[in-house]
Amino acid sequence: MASVLAPEIPAPGFSFENCQRNAFLDQKGFPAPKATKTGTTIVGIIYADGVILGADTRATENTVVSDKNCQKIHYLAGNMYCCGAGTAADTEMTTQTVASQLELQRLHTGRTVPVETAATLLKRMLFRYQGHIGAALVLGGVDRSGPHIYCIYPHGSVDKLPYATMGSGSLAAMAVFEARWKPDMSEEEGKKLVRDAIAAGIFNDLGSGSNVDLCVIRTTGPAQYLRTYEEANVKGKKQGSYRYPLGTTAVLRQRIIPLEVEAVSVRQVQPMDE
Amino acid sequence: MSFMGDLMNPAPLWHNGPSPGAFYSFPGNATSLRPTGHTVQDFRAHSATPITTTTTVIGLRFDKGCVLAADTLGSYGSLARFRDCNRLQKVNDLTLLGAGGDYADYQYLRDIIEQKIIDEQCIGDGLQLKPKSLHCWLTRVLYNKRSKMDPLWNNYVVAGVQDGEPFLGSVDKLGTAYEDATIATGLGAYMATPLLRDATEKGPLDEESAKALVRKCMEVLFYRDARSFPRYQLGVVTSAGVTVEEPVELKHDWSLAHMIHMK
Repeated sequence: MASVLAPEIPAPGFSFENCQRNAFLDQKGFPAPKATKTGTTIVGIIYADGVILGADTRATENTVVSDKNCQKIHYLAGNMYCCGAGTAADTEMTTQTVASQLELQRLHTGRTVPVETAATLLKRMLFRYQGHIGAALVLGGVDRSGPHIYCIYPHGSVDKLPYATMGSGSLAAMAVFEARWKPDMSEEEGKKLVRDAIAAGIFNDLGSGSNVDLCVIRTTGPAQYLRTYEEANVKGKKQGSYRYPLGTTAVLRQRIIPLEVEAVSVRQVQPMDE
Repeated sequence: MSFMGDLMNPAPLWHNGPSPGAFYSFPGNATSLRPTGHTVQDFRAHSATPITTTTTVIGLRFDKGCVLAADTLGSYGSLARFRDCNRLQKVNDLTLLGAGGDYADYQYLRDIIEQKIIDEQCIGDGLQLKPKSLHCWLTRVLYNKRSKMDPLWNNYVVAGVQDGEPFLGSVDKLGTAYEDATIATGLGAYMATPLLRDATEKGPLDEESAKALVRKCMEVLFYRDARSFPRYQLGVVTSAGVTVEEPVELKHDWSLAHMIHMK
C-alpha cells in the first residue's frame, strides 16, 4: 500500500500484467477501443533565420469535422513549438507534459533549453508507451547551435531533417516541399512555401481543412505565432434572404378579440430565503 | 424443423442461394476467392495479386493537347527487376494510352488494342478510333472482368484530341472511369495531384510549361515513391499527332543529404 512516507516505487521495465486479460476480452468480443485519428497536415521547415512551422485547423471524428478551428501548434518553450498530428488528446497532453518538464529544466540550468532535449524527452516517453500514445509530432525550435526540425513518430523514432511533414496530408505537403524547398530561403519565401504546403493538404486531403496556422521562430527575437495566417475556406455569403417583407401577404380581414378579465386575486407568498 | 425459428435465430428464407451479407459464388463462374488464391477445379488463373507491377502514370491537359509520363520500371515485389518496360503506347494519330499496375495484364490488352487498330486500317474507310471511344471501351472491358471477379489489375490513362478539344480520362481495375484536366495513378494520386491541380487552377498551360511541370512531378515521385525509377518516358498528343519520346534519365538532386545529421 502506498503512502506519502513510504511511496511504492514501481518495478522497472514494461508491465505486461494486463496482456492476458486484454487478449481474453478481445476473444470474447470486447476489443480494445480504437483511438480516433484526427487527419491533419503539419509541416516544418528550416529557412535562413530560423524555423517556420505550419498546420491546418481541422479536427475530425471519423468522417465528421468536430472542430473547424482547432490549434495544432503547441507551445513547448519560448524558443520551440511543436505541431501535433494523430489523436488530439495525446498530442495535447504529451506536449503539455514535456513543456512543464522543459520549464523545470530551464529553471534548473538557467539557460535556454536545447531543442534536442525536447526531442529526447518526447521520444523516451512515446517509446515507453510502445505506440499506444498516438502522437506524431513535428518539433521545431532554435537554440545555441541554430535552428532544428525534428519529426517524432508515435512509436518513438526521431528524424532530424531540414523540412518535415506529418499527418494524412503529409504526402500532398511533401510534394510541395520536394518541388520547391531550397536552403537559406528568406522569411517571405519560407512563409509562402509553408502556406502552399498546408494549402495542398487542405485542398487535396479530406482529413485536413479550414485555415492555415503559422509559427515563425527566429534565431533573434521571440517566436511569432500567427494564428489563422490565412482563412483558406471562408463560409460562403448567403445570396438571398428567405424573409418576406411586411405586406407580401395581403391582409383581407382583421378581427380583434380582447381577453376579458373575469376576476383579480392577490395571494401572499413566503420568500424562499430570509 | 428448419422452418421454425425464434426471435433470436430466425429461420432462413431460402436454401441454396445467397445469404445476406455473405459472399456468394455464382455457380458456373469464377469461384470464390480463397486465401490460397486459386481453386483446383478451375484451371484458368484468377488475378488475385499483381506480380510484375509498374507505378504511377501522370497525365496533364494543356491548351492544345495532353502530355503523359511514366517511368520504365517493372517491379517484382520489392525487386527492381525489369528496367525497360515501356508503358506509353501510341494507339493512332489521335490517341495515346498509358498504363500502370500489373504489366502482364497491360501487355494482354495492348496486343488486343494493336489488333483493333490493324483491323481498322484493313477496313480502310478513313475512320479512326477516337479517344473517348477507347476510354468507353476500356471501361466496359475492365468492369466486365471485375464483375467476374477476375480483374485486369491496371489503371489506364487515355489521352487524345477529339473534335478539336483535348481529352484526358482514366479507367481503373474496378471500371471506375472519369475525365479530368489532371490525372495521376498510384502514389502520384497523393503526391503529383496537388502540384498538377495547383498549376492548372492558376491558368491555361502551354505545351512547354506542361512538360516542365510533368518532369518536376516525376522528380518528386522519384524522391518519395519506393517503387519508382529515374528513367521515364514522355508522350505528347496534339491535333498534329502523337509523339512518344525515347526514355530519358531524370535529374535528381541529393545535395541536401549533407544537411541531415542526427546530432
